[in-house]
Amino acid sequence: MYFSVWAALLLGTFITYKVAYIDLGRFNAAVALTIATIKALLVALFFMHIKGAHEKLLKLVVISTLFFLFILLVLSMADYGTRTWS
Amino acid sequence: MSDSTVVGLHHEEQHHPELLHHFAEPQQQRDAASLGMWIFLGTEVMFFGGLFCAYLIYRRWYFGDFGAASKSIDATLGATNTAVLICSSLTVVLAVWAAQIARRTLLIGSLVITMLLGMVFLGIKGKEYKDKFEEHHVPGASFSFDHVAIPGHPDQYANPRHAEIFFALYFIMTGLHALHMIIGLGLFAWLLYMAWKGRFTPEYHTPIEIGGLYWHFVDIVWIYLFPLLYLIDRHP
Amino acid sequence: MSMATTTIQPVERENYLNKEYGVGSWLFTTDHKRIALLYLISITFFFFIGGFFALIIRLELLTPASDLVQPDTYNKLFTMHGMVMVFFFLVPSIPATLGNFLVPMMIGAKDLAFPRINLLSWYLYIIGGLMMLHCMLTGGVDTGWTFYTPFSTAYSNTKVVEAGLAIFVAGFSSILTGLNFVVSIHRMRAPGMTWSRLPLFIWAHYATSIIQILGTPVIAITLLLVAVERTLHLGIFDPKLGGDPLLFQHLFWFYSHPAVYIMILPSMGVISEVIACFARKRIFGYSFVAFSSIAIAVFGFLVWAHHMFVAGISIYAALVFSILSYAVAVPSAVKVFNWTATLYKGSIHYDAPMLYAFGFIGLFTMGGLTGLFLAALGIDVHVTDTYFVIAHFHYIMVGGALMGYLGGLHFWWPKISGRLYPESWARLAALIVFLGFNLTFFPQFVLGYLGMPRRYADYSHMPEFQVLNVLSTAGATVLGVGYLLPMLYFLWSMRYGKPAPDNPWNAAGLEWMTSSPPTTFNFEEEPVVTWEAYNYDELDRGHKQEVKVVG
Repeated sequence: MYFSVWAALLLGTFITYKVAYIDLGRFNAAVALTIATIKALLVALFFMHIKGAHEKLLKLVVISTLFFLFILLVLSMADYGTRTWS
Repeated sequence: MSDSTVVGLHHEEQHHPELLHHFAEPQQQRDAASLGMWIFLGTEVMFFGGLFCAYLIYRRWYFGDFGAASKSIDATLGATNTAVLICSSLTVVLAVWAAQIARRTLLIGSLVITMLLGMVFLGIKGKEYKDKFEEHHVPGASFSFDHVAIPGHPDQYANPRHAEIFFALYFIMTGLHALHMIIGLGLFAWLLYMAWKGRFTPEYHTPIEIGGLYWHFVDIVWIYLFPLLYLIDRHP
Repeated sequence: MSMATTTIQPVERENYLNKEYGVGSWLFTTDHKRIALLYLISITFFFFIGGFFALIIRLELLTPASDLVQPDTYNKLFTMHGMVMVFFFLVPSIPATLGNFLVPMMIGAKDLAFPRINLLSWYLYIIGGLMMLHCMLTGGVDTGWTFYTPFSTAYSNTKVVEAGLAIFVAGFSSILTGLNFVVSIHRMRAPGMTWSRLPLFIWAHYATSIIQILGTPVIAITLLLVAVERTLHLGIFDPKLGGDPLLFQHLFWFYSHPAVYIMILPSMGVISEVIACFARKRIFGYSFVAFSSIAIAVFGFLVWAHHMFVAGISIYAALVFSILSYAVAVPSAVKVFNWTATLYKGSIHYDAPMLYAFGFIGLFTMGGLTGLFLAALGIDVHVTDTYFVIAHFHYIMVGGALMGYLGGLHFWWPKISGRLYPESWARLAALIVFLGFNLTFFPQFVLGYLGMPRRYADYSHMPEFQVLNVLSTAGATVLGVGYLLPMLYFLWSMRYGKPAPDNPWNAAGLEWMTSSPPTTFNFEEEPVVTWEAYNYDELDRGHKQEVKVVG
């Protein structure tokens, strides 16, 4: 099962690399980051064994961390994104 | 629950040799170690997170200049390095599995290959840094980035000051990542030594598990660094 | 070992203090109680240094002209006062001393989850502290504790990099302490010690640890960026080179605002314990107080840009952060209401720890309410960067956090040292601290509102401010006496104080069921908890809580 995850990760990398050379305009970044997120999820769920974890605590730790990172990025953007308004 | 005779009073023949005195039983020690490593990885996420925050803000501000700078780093090497790290993550899970089923040769082999792949990664990184050094793209006194066209706007040149910010972030982010790799290599060298000495059993292989968690985290950071730094604006 | 009465000389019973002698047994200890004492000594040392700087600042401000020190020196003084007090005193204070000492005992464990990492965190603190000392002795820093760019990265001629790296190292000490607490509280609770039976001190430290874990890394990377930028002349935060100084401020305050909750939450935990004990009542609304600690930790991360209202952020962002700043005050208010309700119909005893708790409630409330003034954009525009802000945060940090720290030290001193401190002197000191504090800082609210800017050595263009400044300095002297007294009588008590019984206050909590001082492993056998927290009605009925053991 690890091997299928590994293959998926390599495939994702290959796709990301190739798609970057195609002009999708604004979607290049979105595609690349989506694939990156899927890869990260695969590593976290299967290689780091979050999927089989019997306790909810580990998932809580991961989700809380990501939540606060999200806050840092998004609330900063609240400033940078709105400076040119009005 | 816990057997009180294990707590407080040492009955040597009753508890596992690797059990530390302040824990009641091995499972508690394992769970503590695992939670501790996950929380530590949480701190690392926030540590890199600050850099990602700075990067995203400037990328939005100076998209064209960042695109030009990004184009000048080697995406093939970057993709190769991504693949290298993914393979090393595979060998890490194989190492953990080998410890669980008491296959010492497989365990040691996996650890060795993991370390070799890590060194390959650092070698490729070194080559990239060397290229940047020769092209005067290292921020500082000798930085120069004149007359580089912005991708998609062949008549406009990138602002060297903004490109320098890209390279500053590039070196700091990949440099910090490489530092974590080096620390990881040190960690795995120690794990290899312990495995060689036969310290790991199916009941006790926590250090490999938590070392593995660390390594996977370093892999995940790179999974994000690669598209963000190397693939900003590559299309012809 | 028998539950001894006060007639037995404490040195005859083995405890964590006399178990081993020698410098090595202390420097290589993994006993959380010894590590707590190592921290206590180091933190007190830095408190003296920070206090010394405060003294010079207040002496300078006695007169409008900059006649005691040059303005450049004054800049260094307020900078280093802030850095030392924030990073080397307040942030570690309660968690590293009282927290390290009490958390394992309160949850019924023999030690924290990672004792060696605990020792490592002290060493990191010492290394960071030594770096800071060296920085101060070889020229100091003058950027303000806030390190604002591009002054810190491009223009200041002082030892910015060294100070930044010192704080970087000390930050890891904080992270490791937080990590240790969270893992311990999750994994090391004794049988029967459910989450709803935990003392509120533990809930407070849990919330504090979350902030330490998630926030400190961000300031670590920020200071690293400042160091790199300054050394290599980069432009990440320098507008001349395309950078944004506000980016530094966002990253800096993302930690430094939650940091103030690191400084106050443990103190609130102490107050909960003290009030319950000296009102002989369970804290009113236990769950509300417990969850409010978590709420403060979470909400505290959402408000950082209220330090940047006039810095140039967009007005829309300012609106959002202003509203969120009002929201974060709610859980703190919940606590104050619950403590007050606990006092109602309680059996109040006016021992020294309780006096500090009363002081805390009043002064923290004032500090907190003035925070709401500052969260209002309209008012903030006028009082930002004035003494109003300084008074606000000193009411919370000194009137709140420090009072809680002193109250906690008094409350648990018998447990820590096995000696009783002299009660009359302690009550006198508490009173002196309260009076001195108000005399020092209340005039500063007025000064700020009237327009006196902060960080000015020379206010000779506003000589009418001198009277209030003189009052403030007089208060600072009184306050200094108030702080000196406990240090003196605590030291005195270690030699001449009456030996303490195991539970001199007849207080609830597992830590009071250990000996005074405790043995190295705290409990003979792992306790099994079958009672709720704050069972003061049972204790007062003379129902001695026998620690049920396993087996």
